[in-house]
Amino acid sequence: MSETEVKTNPQGDPITSVAAPPSAAKKDPHADAKRQKVVTPEYMFHEAPRTKEFITGSEAAKEAVRRSNVDLAIAYPITPQSETMQLVGVLYGEGYVKEYYRGEEEVGVMAAIAGGSRAGVRCYTATAGPGTLRGLEGIASWPGHRLPVVAMFTCRVVNAPLAIQPDNIEVSYLLNCGMIVFHAENQQDMFDFTMAGFTISEHNDVTLPVGVCCDGFFVTHARGYVRMQDRGIKLPPREAWRGAVPVLDAENPPARLSRDAPVQKSNFMAYNIHAVWQQEVWAAVERSRKYINKYLGGLLTAENVEGAEAIIIASGSAAAQSREAVRLCKEKGLNVGLIKVRSLRPFPTQELRQLCGKAKLIVVPEFNYVGWLAKEVATAIYGFSKAKIIGGPRVYGGQSMPVELIVDEVESGLTGKKSTNVAMSQIMGGTVNPDEVAHFMRSI
Amino acid sequence: MAKRFNIRMAGVGGQGVVTGSHILSTAVINAGGESTIVPFYGSEKRMAPVESYVRVSDEAIYEIGEITFPHIIIIFHPQVITHGKSYTMPFYFGLKDDGIALINNDGPMNLHRDQAAELKQKRAKLYYFPATKISLEVAGMDLATNMALMGCIGAITGLTSMAGLDQAVKDRFLGKGFVVSGGTAALDSVVERKFKKKQELIEKNVAVMRAGWNHAVDKGWAAKDVQRAEEPVAAAAV
Repeated sequence: MSETEVKTNPQGDPITSVAAPPSAAKKDPHADAKRQKVVTPEYMFHEAPRTKEFITGSEAAKEAVRRSNVDLAIAYPITPQSETMQLVGVLYGEGYVKEYYRGEEEVGVMAAIAGGSRAGVRCYTATAGPGTLRGLEGIASWPGHRLPVVAMFTCRVVNAPLAIQPDNIEVSYLLNCGMIVFHAENQQDMFDFTMAGFTISEHNDVTLPVGVCCDGFFVTHARGYVRMQDRGIKLPPREAWRGAVPVLDAENPPARLSRDAPVQKSNFMAYNIHAVWQQEVWAAVERSRKYINKYLGGLLTAENVEGAEAIIIASGSAAAQSREAVRLCKEKGLNVGLIKVRSLRPFPTQELRQLCGKAKLIVVPEFNYVGWLAKEVATAIYGFSKAKIIGGPRVYGGQSMPVELIVDEVESGLTGKKSTNVAMSQIMGGTVNPDEVAHFMRSI
Repeated sequence: MAKRFNIRMAGVGGQGVVTGSHILSTAVINAGGESTIVPFYGSEKRMAPVESYVRVSDEAIYEIGEITFPHIIIIFHPQVITHGKSYTMPFYFGLKDDGIALINNDGPMNLHRDQAAELKQKRAKLYYFPATKISLEVAGMDLATNMALMGCIGAITGLTSMAGLDQAVKDRFLGKGFVVSGGTAALDSVVERKFKKKQELIEKNVAVMRAGWNHAVDKGWAAKDVQRAEEPVAAAAV
């Protein structure tokens, strides 16, 4: 066949694996990790030089974890997140993450993450879709227990019929937990939000978990340009004593508290404790605003909003599609602005009230059936804007949103033509004809 | 205004639809443009439907996911049309007005009259291109069908060059080791055994690509200012 003999396995297939080259000295696999230098968050986020690489969203999350001085990462596979935690496992092998294991399922993972955070170490995990919902009992308890954690949610379909494709309806379940929730548009956001997430979550006046969501596959499995700091630097370690609550002393567990908790009794004290507890959680969410502004440059980004005929408000992949819709509208002579919501909790209520004060038409495209963002937007600007809000277009079950659908909504919204894609009941504000809505509701 | 093409490629498993789209995408980036790709297929099996979506532009691309409304569709196998082996039916669904359909077939196909009428209404340009025939003639095998199509579409869009395509083939088979899946890796080793040496594989693939490029130029399908690609002198001397 060829000039040298080819080794084959018993089936006759060529053996293509290559043995590791012999090395004289034993190389420490943790050598590079040990050389990493701690820098301040200010230097890391604002000053450190960055270089651009073309990588997947999962790789971007891995690179963020590499620079974040993570103590404990717990994996449990589910598509489309599996590659992410697998790559974090590689970091463990290289010594960048101190402890790493695979849990038995998401209930156990979220409970173990709670234990790790309560014990005072920096924790990271990731899950997706059905895994998020399976772990939700634990996740919903993290904020109340004031546990700084960063968890990534690579959204996929959770409602029937089930699919592994991107649909971000699971975000709506996370919005009411009391945690901080970011929604990444692309690989760069995955990187930035994850790193900033650790820093924000551990500030004393925050002490809350951060959820970094993205739309699976579109972000996790696709490549994009990511500007990253040198891998030789990392964030300072978690200093648990700075947190709002003391860490768990495993030698002297507060057994009495859990055995005789007043919150378990239905009486005035229980309700009172619950009220102040939840008030404090949501007040901490509010206090995170200043850190999101500081480390991420704002809860939203706004482009070309001043004087625009219409504004598209979107988050996640819908923001990426909306950028193209703005370009197509420009080619048609329409001046359209774009607001990308980066932080869903806290929600940029004041910012939207200010930006949408003079808007006439707002279009909210989404990758889910229920339209959770449109509801958030409408609630936030109610009474502060007279804009007609089109809650759509929407795609679900994993479909990609054709950019042309967004353009159609902008055009029909501006001309008053009936939309072919968005139900009348999903159009809010402005001069909606109640008879038309009634007719629509009768005929569905 | 940005030069922008959203390309939907439909073929059947084993034809290298995904590999072809990676090569085109890399070639556009090699020539200084921007490009993204999204592959789409079910369980990997030969002759089952495969789609791949490539966006090419001279400006930044933000859009993600499947392409529903393409400027260009490439049909790798006539069975996509005749047997409905496609995730998108009819094969031209969503094609923009004045769009291009590049179809791998030795001559014009007998389309259903409703489909022909609809394509006419869209003012679609139907380019029937004998990619498999060219692959057999130039490389002696049908496995380079995808290369012929990529050469042809490179000239039609004018967003890359033969040098960019040549480099992309080398990136794919020599260097950066982008492996799409285990199945594709296995296929690679089969392809490598058929060609005696990798170098020969690359030369033949590039030769098929060049034939596709020149076919587009000769037929008048190519973008403005796109010239015929000449064979490198060294290769001609062999």
